[in-house]
Amino acid sequence: MSVPLWMFLLVAAALFCLGIFTVLSRRNAIAILMGVELMLNAVNLNLVAFWRYRTEAGIIAERGGVAGQAFAVFVFIVAAAEVAVGLALVIAVYRSRQTVTAEDIDLLKG
Amino acid sequence: MPINLETIAFTLFAAMCVGGGLGVAVLRNLFHAALSLLLALFGAAGLFVLLSAPFLAMVQILVYMGAIAILILFVIMLTQQVIVPEPYNRQWVLGALAALVALGALFMVIAQLGGGDAPYLQPQPLAPEVSDSGIAALGSDLVDPGRYLVPFEVAGLLLTVALVGAISIARED
Repeated sequence: MSVPLWMFLLVAAALFCLGIFTVLSRRNAIAILMGVELMLNAVNLNLVAFWRYRTEAGIIAERGGVAGQAFAVFVFIVAAAEVAVGLALVIAVYRSRQTVTAEDIDLLKG
Repeated sequence: MPINLETIAFTLFAAMCVGGGLGVAVLRNLFHAALSLLLALFGAAGLFVLLSAPFLAMVQILVYMGAIAILILFVIMLTQQVIVPEPYNRQWVLGALAALVALGALFMVIAQLGGGDAPYLQPQPLAPEVSDSGIAALGSDLVDPGRYLVPFEVAGLLLTVALVGAISIARED
């Protein structure tokens, strides 16, 4: 591997911060969900990069040496569940309020 | 960093990743933003291959790009609010500020990788060479009662509950 670890970490950090900006600044609820996806992907990238670079060479492909990949698999599963429920909520809100703009969904506002 | 096939591939996939993420953040047309999310996910899949995790790269392409991103595209088309006059809310300056602060903090942490006296913080580590990417080990670890069997089953339950919940929420009654 001729690419050092910090380059992968830098890409993941950039992706994560773009996700933060998208979540905080976009008005459309679907765009906010896309920002969450970006952040989850950045975390996955970090997990796999640390697994690849920080596991001892002897056990990296052995049983018990793939903890980083296992973590990433669980993040995938949680992301899939999150986006399924999130998009269902968006559809339900759109059906009752005819909008997907996060600012206009203010039923609980006093 | 020497110029070889690996570093060229890394540069390409990293550019796809960050460029796609930038598209998600700034593109006014939501459909284009979703397409650039696909680009970012594909770049991440390429980086997984470079990190010798081909199984995760395949899952990324099948689950993320094949299912999640397509689901997002479907919902964008269903809700029909593709182009809005104002894509950002009133607090977007604060959002950009928060993202920049987070980027700076992460950058400082990553810069620490090159210094410090802890054995964990060695300068610019390069990964060990492996011939096997551990797919078989991952498979047997996930169903090993001593390792990840219980989290694996709980994750399956979570997926079932989430899908039943999604159907019952989105269903017309």
